[in-house]
Amino acid sequence: MNELMTLTPGLYHWLLLTLLLFSVGLYGLLTRRNAVGVLLSTELMLNSAALNFVIFNRYMAPGFVDGSIMAIFIIAVAAAEVVVAMAIFVALLKLKKTADVTLMNELRG
Amino acid sequence: MRNAWLVPGIPFFSFLIVGLFIRPLSEKAAGWVATAALFVSAFFAYSIAWDYFSHFGIGHEGPALVPWAFEWLRYQDHLTATIGTLIDPISILLMVVVTTVSALVHLYSIGYMAGDDGYGRYFTFLNLFSFSMLGLVVAPNIVQMFVCWELVGVSSFLLIGYYYRKPSAVAAGKKAFIVTRFADLGFLIGILILGYFGIEAFPHIGAKIQQEMAGLSSIPIQAIDFAFINHPATAHYILTTAGTVLGLSTLAVACILIFMGCAGKSAMFPLHIWLPDAMEGPTPVSALIHAATMVVAGVYLVARLFPSFAAAGTPLDVVAFIGTFTCAFAAIIACTQDDIKRVLAFSTLSQLGYMMLALGVATAVSPLGHTASMFHLFTHAFFKALLFLAAGALIHGVHSNEIWDMGGLRKKLPVTHLTFLAATLAIAGVPPLSGFFSKDEILRAAVENHHPIVFGVALFVAGLTAFYMFRIYFISFWGDARSEKAEHAHEAPAVMLIPLIALALLAIFAGFVPMGEYLGTSHGGHHGIHWNIAIPATLAGLIGIALSAFMYTGTRERYVAVARALGGMYTVVKNKFYVDEVYLFVTKNIIFHYIARPIAWFDRHIVDGAINLYAWLTGALGRGLKPLQTGQVQTYSAWWISGAVFFIILLWMKLS
Repeated sequence: MNELMTLTPGLYHWLLLTLLLFSVGLYGLLTRRNAVGVLLSTELMLNSAALNFVIFNRYMAPGFVDGSIMAIFIIAVAAAEVVVAMAIFVALLKLKKTADVTLMNELRG
Repeated sequence: MRNAWLVPGIPFFSFLIVGLFIRPLSEKAAGWVATAALFVSAFFAYSIAWDYFSHFGIGHEGPALVPWAFEWLRYQDHLTATIGTLIDPISILLMVVVTTVSALVHLYSIGYMAGDDGYGRYFTFLNLFSFSMLGLVVAPNIVQMFVCWELVGVSSFLLIGYYYRKPSAVAAGKKAFIVTRFADLGFLIGILILGYFGIEAFPHIGAKIQQEMAGLSSIPIQAIDFAFINHPATAHYILTTAGTVLGLSTLAVACILIFMGCAGKSAMFPLHIWLPDAMEGPTPVSALIHAATMVVAGVYLVARLFPSFAAAGTPLDVVAFIGTFTCAFAAIIACTQDDIKRVLAFSTLSQLGYMMLALGVATAVSPLGHTASMFHLFTHAFFKALLFLAAGALIHGVHSNEIWDMGGLRKKLPVTHLTFLAATLAIAGVPPLSGFFSKDEILRAAVENHHPIVFGVALFVAGLTAFYMFRIYFISFWGDARSEKAEHAHEAPAVMLIPLIALALLAIFAGFVPMGEYLGTSHGGHHGIHWNIAIPATLAGLIGIALSAFMYTGTRERYVAVARALGGMYTVVKNKFYVDEVYLFVTKNIIFHYIARPIAWFDRHIVDGAINLYAWLTGALGRGLKPLQTGQVQTYSAWWISGAVFFIILLWMKLS
């Protein structure tokens, strides 16, 4: 806990932030009923992961840019994923007149 | 002699060319090309015979040459199946007979089959048959023999079922195939036994035999070659080392199993049931395959393996017994049948029995029976083919197989009548026609090797043969026409009469061939006629003819009275001793009911049951796990995250 007890933000402060961000995303993923809400939650989780890359890059290997490049990759992939997901949601909305994920259970065994 | 391969080769290429290229273009051309091929093949067979006997001379046993051969299947050293041509006196004899009869039957078929649909198909199959039969005849090893043996079986099947729209023909084809295949199982096991001990014996005696064979064969000798199997050293090795089975030596068992195949192909009792039914095929096919050539393959194989059979001893007694029995059995049935082709079929059985018994009474030291058997094979091929072809001309004229539909045909079909009469006299053993000489030899062989019972039966059958042959002769050619069809019967076209006349000449004069000189056994040959045998044999024949003339040229009451006097016995004989019924009973009521049905039950309940149990278990497991699949994406996420957390905890505990 000593590392957190300083006023200047360090590695652990940033990690705590991403942990919180990830947990909020996870909570949203499991509880939101609106499909767009679920998607937003996954974006939070993805971004917390991207942030982790940047943080570790900054603190562990300051001379390199690998972590930052990884973060940019994640952002690009996430953008593409959002496009696909939103297209699916629009199609689903047209078909079922709802965006409630709990009602989408065609694959129930 | 190097071109010996052309004898089976020409029909083979003709089979391919006619079947693939000519038949679709012109059915008529197919017939002529197929026929021409056989005449060319016959020419080569004669030239080989001429070369061989002018080179090696006659009067002593000629060598067995393999002038042409190539490796076909190599299993291991000394066990290579070759394809080749074996040239020795008996293979030359068979080549000459097969090509001659086959060529004449092809020629006859051009007239007989005219206008039939499937004309080209018929000639294609006939060529296939000729090729397979000639391949069998020249086989230098037992594997080629077996392959060609099956090929003649399949061409026989195809030709019996030639009228495939007729259910009885289809059934007859299947019956022939199944019965002979069943017999061939024995043949195959026999081959395996001989092959097994042959390969075992090879290191001990192979080099010696190889040396003796030097210059005779174009490729090294193999353990499955007849030259090796038949060698006395091989027989000695197997007899001394292989032990016994059920009191019989292994060699004897192998020979008896091979004889089973021979009995199937040559329709010996109790495997004779397919031959009378095989008459469903076209008549020229019956003449060629089921009288003159294929059915003698069994006799030929026994003759080919004669040294082995003689060395083992017991198999020859089996051959003699089965031959004698079949000879009498079939002749008795033949007296009562009404279908002309069936009478001839039973007559064929009886004559094949003659050939077998002649082989059976022969021994290594006194092989007269061997010569006699081959001689009878030779003459029988001609007169029996002639009988069938003449019967075909009758059927062609009358459009019926029933002898009671014929009658009074001697004026309407004069050429057919004379040729049929010649063949009938030949088979009845009337001197000086061919059958007399060969039968005389067989009877002499039985006497000289001290088989009085065999001799007695053979003599009785000689009389019976004359009786039943003249029965059909008198019924169909004498008296008055018994049906509308017989009134309007007409003579066959010239293309059918030429083979009849050619075969008639052969049937009359073939007996003068000094067969003993050619086959070269010193005891063989008819050095003059043996009056003490010829006279009773001829008398038996004449009594048969006289009896037949008495019964069938007079009034109807005569034979009806005889049939009535015999009562139940007549019915039994008329129904062929109910052998077919016994077979049906055994297969249907015993094998199907007590063996096949429990096996079917086992299959359906035990084997299928086990499979069904597994299927049910898998299904039940699936049904049990089904509720886990909720279709809710968030539930899946929860599971996935729980899993991830679980593994992270595991990892963390491991690391700390």
